[in-house]
Amino acid sequence: MNFAFTDEQAMIAETAKAFFDENATSERTRAAMDNDGVDRALWHSFCQELGLAGIALPEAHGGSGLGLVEFAILAEAAGAQVAALPMLGSLAMTAHGLARGGSEAQKAVWLPKLASGEAIGATGLAAKVTASGDRLSGTVDFVAHGASADVFLIATDSAAWLVERGAAGLIVAACTTLDQTRPFARLTLIDTPAEPLGDAAAALRAAQEGGWICVAAEALGGAQATLDRTVGYAQERVQFGRQIGSFQAYKHRLADMMVEIEQARSAVYWAACAVDEGSDEAPIALHSAKSFAADTYFRCAGDMIQLHGGIGFTWEHDAHLFFKRAKAIQSMLGTSAWHRERIAQLIGLGDAA
Amino acid sequence: MKLGFSPEDEAFRAEAADWLNAQMHGEFSDLKGLTGLTAAAERRKEWELKLGEDRWSVIGWPSQWGGRDATLAQQVIFAEEYARAGAPGRIAHMGVELAGPTILTFGTEEQKQRFLPGIASGKVLWCQGYSEPNAGSDLANVRTKARLDAATDEWVVDGQKIWTSLAQICDWIFVVARSEEGSKGPKGLTFLLMPLDQPGITIRPIRQINGEAEFNETFFDGARTASGNLVSTPGNGWQVAMGLLAFERGVSTLGQQMNFRNELDAIIAAARENGSAQDPLIRQRIARAEIGLRLMRYGALRMLSHTDHARPDGAALTYKLQWASWRRSLGELAMDVLGQAGEVTDDEDYHFPMLPNLFLSARADTIYGGTNQIQRNIVAERALGLPREPRGSI
Repeated sequence: MNFAFTDEQAMIAETAKAFFDENATSERTRAAMDNDGVDRALWHSFCQELGLAGIALPEAHGGSGLGLVEFAILAEAAGAQVAALPMLGSLAMTAHGLARGGSEAQKAVWLPKLASGEAIGATGLAAKVTASGDRLSGTVDFVAHGASADVFLIATDSAAWLVERGAAGLIVAACTTLDQTRPFARLTLIDTPAEPLGDAAAALRAAQEGGWICVAAEALGGAQATLDRTVGYAQERVQFGRQIGSFQAYKHRLADMMVEIEQARSAVYWAACAVDEGSDEAPIALHSAKSFAADTYFRCAGDMIQLHGGIGFTWEHDAHLFFKRAKAIQSMLGTSAWHRERIAQLIGLGDAA
Repeated sequence: MKLGFSPEDEAFRAEAADWLNAQMHGEFSDLKGLTGLTAAAERRKEWELKLGEDRWSVIGWPSQWGGRDATLAQQVIFAEEYARAGAPGRIAHMGVELAGPTILTFGTEEQKQRFLPGIASGKVLWCQGYSEPNAGSDLANVRTKARLDAATDEWVVDGQKIWTSLAQICDWIFVVARSEEGSKGPKGLTFLLMPLDQPGITIRPIRQINGEAEFNETFFDGARTASGNLVSTPGNGWQVAMGLLAFERGVSTLGQQMNFRNELDAIIAAARENGSAQDPLIRQRIARAEIGLRLMRYGALRMLSHTDHARPDGAALTYKLQWASWRRSLGELAMDVLGQAGEVTDDEDYHFPMLPNLFLSARADTIYGGTNQIQRNIVAERALGLPREPRGSI
């Protein structure tokens, strides 16, 4: 038992933080927001030069064979900059889902491409589709970075398929989305060719676990960034002849943010570790991490706007990037109340009235 | 990063659990599930002696001083198994967790010989003399005076301490007193170990909002202690006291959390029994409490895994706020689960069962050991580096 980063993990964290701090600048993120929400040059250098995209994927398929702890470290660093990257759709969900539930052939074709950034993947859960042989019809909503994807992992509660972009009868409609760093797409499938996954249940579970860890870690990184930036502002801004950070009403709110963030940090790495170690606690840890980190991020991002005053309400300031990402994380992949209800059942409260 | 325990640790867990269960189902079954610290004092003293006799009292200490040189993982395991077995809250905790580690760290060889065996064996109980009527949140404003009487080679102490937990059943007290005339704030304070049973010390219990009297006022009127009972040097008391606060954030937090576990389990059981477990709002609140408790555990494990214990990272400073606020909410949840049934006790005296008592006693959590407001100042100033609170001039 040692709940601290190993030297290797600390090095990955340092490398990732330096990379995103330097490259995922506000300017570049905003350029991507005006486009499809993907900073392709950044994704290319993350996958190719840094070579960390396949960190939790099997070595046989172009990955490094590490786990979700290492993946969470990357997502935390990317989230701190609200980087416009398909971390969630392409890696956390599609690649992890495929790695656990894809056939050997599917893994051999797609995992190296996803890890190298040559292809971008997107995942749509809770798909409203019906299958007829190897063809799908129906719709899939809220597919993160769907308009940028080359391949889709589409899943219902009991089945999962791969669908390639350009497949017959597939219409991908980009949605104008509150969080422009991760816009959704709506997929319409009309008798579209689809390849069933080898083990749909395993794929679905891996995609969910990867997704929950990814957004929870992003939320942690984002929340810490809102605190760091607001602390900076509190020391710089002077009113009534004092730094505003010297007022208790102000600094107590920052202290409360830190109390929440440190719990979110425990939650994220507990969950990642529990999944990696196959612990019995993994389900409760995942539900805790997703709900707690998302709520923490939203609260902190809201506080960031409030504590910056008027400037925090401007488009020019980055506060709204955090705020919108936080809201998106709260509502995707199960709301916080949904995750807490899962916990209520796991701890033996029986069914709700 | 690794959460699992090794096979050796699991073997240790089995050994600890076997011993604890044997006690809680045998000789000490009357203490099983006992909460609070004030009930059954005599039996609890016997329990402390038993822990000492079988060397389960201070497992993290060196074996030379009655410990087991237990690793961090083993201490974590013992704290968990202790509460799982339903063993009672420890009246020796201020000696085991505060006085002992302070003497181990700052004490002379002679002081170690003199005091550590009494703590490790459970024979000598300790309490803490820090707060005063005018030195609560502003702890450095201590006014109790200490002077060295050259004729008898003793320190003589005059003044008053307050909120001295369990002083009425303890044998010794560690005191921070002002030894330099005219000094102010953290300078000029001295850390002394004093026997409580002497004519110069009077203890008066304070009845609290839950009807119990865990806390006391302790009056010093020419109270004495031998000059050899000075820890560190005269004037260095603040440094010793602050070092001691760091111990409060140690493994003992895990034991405390296991008591919280028992309280939350009692709420879950009550909710199932009276049907409120079906109420979606109650379910959300119980789930939040569950999450908070789990995150407390992993937060503590992070603190303990942090290698540089002399300089805890900023995260450790958030812990008091976290647990105190959590437990206060837990008390409110308990009452909302119980409904009006929680407002009535079967006892003729003003003595309430576990959950209503939790509701009342938790109001102290956000006050003692630094109020939530002081804790927020500490987090903001020391962990986040924000400007210090301006000092008043009155």
